[in-house]
Amino acid sequence: MKLTFAHLGDYHIAVKALFETLGVDVVLPPPPTKRTMSLGSLNSPEFACLPLKIGIGNYLEALEMGADTIVMVGGIGPCRLGLYCEVQRQILEGLGCDFKMIVLEPPQGRPDRLLRQVRDIIGAQRISRLFDALRLTWSKLTAIDRLNKITLCLRPFEKRKGDITRVYEASLRRIDEAASPKEVQAAAGNARDAMKSVCKTEGRIGKAEDPLAPRIGIVGEVFMVLEPFANCEIEKRLGEMGVIVDRSIYLSDWAVEHVIKDAFRIFRKSKLLNEMAKPYLCHFVGGHGVETIGSTVAYANEGLDGVIQVAPFTCMPEIIAQDILAKISRDLGIPAMTLVLDEHSSDTGVLTRLEAFVDMIAMSKCRRR
Amino acid sequence: MAGSGYLGVDVGSVSTNLVLIDDKGVLQEKIYLRTQGDPIGAVKEGMKRLRATSGNIEILGVGTSGSGRRLAGVILGADCIKNEITAHAVAANYWMPGVRTVIEIGGQDSKIIILRQGTVIDFAMNTVCAAGTGSFLEQQAARLGIPIDRFGELALMAQNPVRIAGRCAVFAESDMIHKQQMGHKIEDIISGLCEALVRNYLNNVAKGKPIEPPVVFQGGVAANAGMKTAFEKELDTQIIVPEHYDVMGALGAALLACEAKERRNGQSSFRGFDALDRHYATRTLECTGCPNHCEIVNISMDDKTIARWGARCTRWDNTGDERNCLS
Repeated sequence: MKLTFAHLGDYHIAVKALFETLGVDVVLPPPPTKRTMSLGSLNSPEFACLPLKIGIGNYLEALEMGADTIVMVGGIGPCRLGLYCEVQRQILEGLGCDFKMIVLEPPQGRPDRLLRQVRDIIGAQRISRLFDALRLTWSKLTAIDRLNKITLCLRPFEKRKGDITRVYEASLRRIDEAASPKEVQAAAGNARDAMKSVCKTEGRIGKAEDPLAPRIGIVGEVFMVLEPFANCEIEKRLGEMGVIVDRSIYLSDWAVEHVIKDAFRIFRKSKLLNEMAKPYLCHFVGGHGVETIGSTVAYANEGLDGVIQVAPFTCMPEIIAQDILAKISRDLGIPAMTLVLDEHSSDTGVLTRLEAFVDMIAMSKCRRR
Repeated sequence: MAGSGYLGVDVGSVSTNLVLIDDKGVLQEKIYLRTQGDPIGAVKEGMKRLRATSGNIEILGVGTSGSGRRLAGVILGADCIKNEITAHAVAANYWMPGVRTVIEIGGQDSKIIILRQGTVIDFAMNTVCAAGTGSFLEQQAARLGIPIDRFGELALMAQNPVRIAGRCAVFAESDMIHKQQMGHKIEDIISGLCEALVRNYLNNVAKGKPIEPPVVFQGGVAANAGMKTAFEKELDTQIIVPEHYDVMGALGAALLACEAKERRNGQSSFRGFDALDRHYATRTLECTGCPNHCEIVNISMDDKTIARWGARCTRWDNTGDERNCLS
């Protein structure tokens, strides 16, 4: 079996570690490129959202490279993502691809089901390795998330444009190569020091070094928030404009919420976000609609200078959130902007809006002082 | 005219505008040109005319704006490269301190900017839809055989504006043809089109943002009195069109260049008028370093590369010219 899965930001490193430790051959699709996008949009329904299209592109490229099994997450709607495993399977079958698709459904109080699905992938004899595999995966996942958070805090203060990105990318390669949680820790520790050394300030990480540096939160649909290829590298671009970025979604937090706690029905932090969102939106609208609202309220309470929502074109939950965002923005006095993204050949429009948004925030910050 | 001043250049999809202001921000010279798909040519032509009219004026700073701002910035050696939203807001607030709403409709995009106490607090921009922009109005004027500068005047002569669907340029056009074949008067159709475009603007760009007076209307389309009247009718408020409505982006860029002077210790990176006699060229190449196949744009002055962009990675960053590092 040669297993493959779609890209999601830098998380392929953790997912790859999981399956490889379990003794499964992994065929990693190349990082999403224009070719991925063209393959995806050529073979997808026009009004499907970007996550489906890029996913199709990833699978086609992986199948070309010899993959024969696809792992995909399921879901229970109303976000269309839950349907995409089936849509993608049919599209690929229609193209004459030969493969097997395994769908991991959310456990919803039945951890045994998830376990059984995993056993089906790796075979019963290897299940004993599961604990080690999960430990390594978890260490990589949390290391990636921690490093990303540092990157977002330090990028505005890098000595030379691009330094932080270079260190971050080199560190990811080292985390990818690490064979044990201990090695992951070491790589992450080195990365942290290396990042500090390419910065102008050597203050505490995570604290705003410059009180005038704008702080902007990124909210929105999970794939768009996490995948730089899809969101025009919004984190990097904002960082290079001098903005400290706060991302509302991290997979390690998400995994705790949606896999572990969902499996055992433990109280979830997302409940907190639900509470925050309640004055504006008290229904589950699918996807990250409620989280987008809740996170925006939370960011306003924390005193961030602005919020940018990123959503794929035709995303219903985010369309609902977008209209509500205008009201939160007025009520709580936090500037908010929505970027609806689809297949782009030029980033100019996005860049113009980002620049204008940052200018706007920087100017009002200057004035308040 | 001799002396010194700040230059603002706005390279838009349809027009390229140059503005020269003195150090108090007073407009000395303005040049409005058609970009005609050749931004480098338009900038060169504009500079040539400026040199002809203003003689050997000393340029203390250069600001660029508009969708061609980077290209123009590199060619001129700009001190400040700013997006058109900020530039328009700065210019509107300079011209009318206390402005609360800016409606800007240009050749290819339209924007709304909301200001309070001189600071932008909200904005929106529409670029994906051609309805309501200057290009569409021009195209319709050409189709009807009316010179674009008479469009507004005719609209004002309408007695019974017809209802036209303004949601989409394609629908609007077929609706107009339909109305015209039914025998409606051309003034009524044109006026109806203006009203449709205003509705389209309010629905698709302004989207419920609070449009409070004073409202300033700028950009090339502000020349159209029919559009101004349609806005006034729909919003029930006075619409102010600034004297230099057509070059507000360039004016904003010049003001920003003036403001940026302190940050540069008074030094400008302007390449000088003579540099415009040099040969500038753009060359596109497709990078084959990865499957992304980025389209790299290479800008050269004579035979020297002065800027490059379009790459997603840092591979093409180094050009050897420090000047293009601002952007």
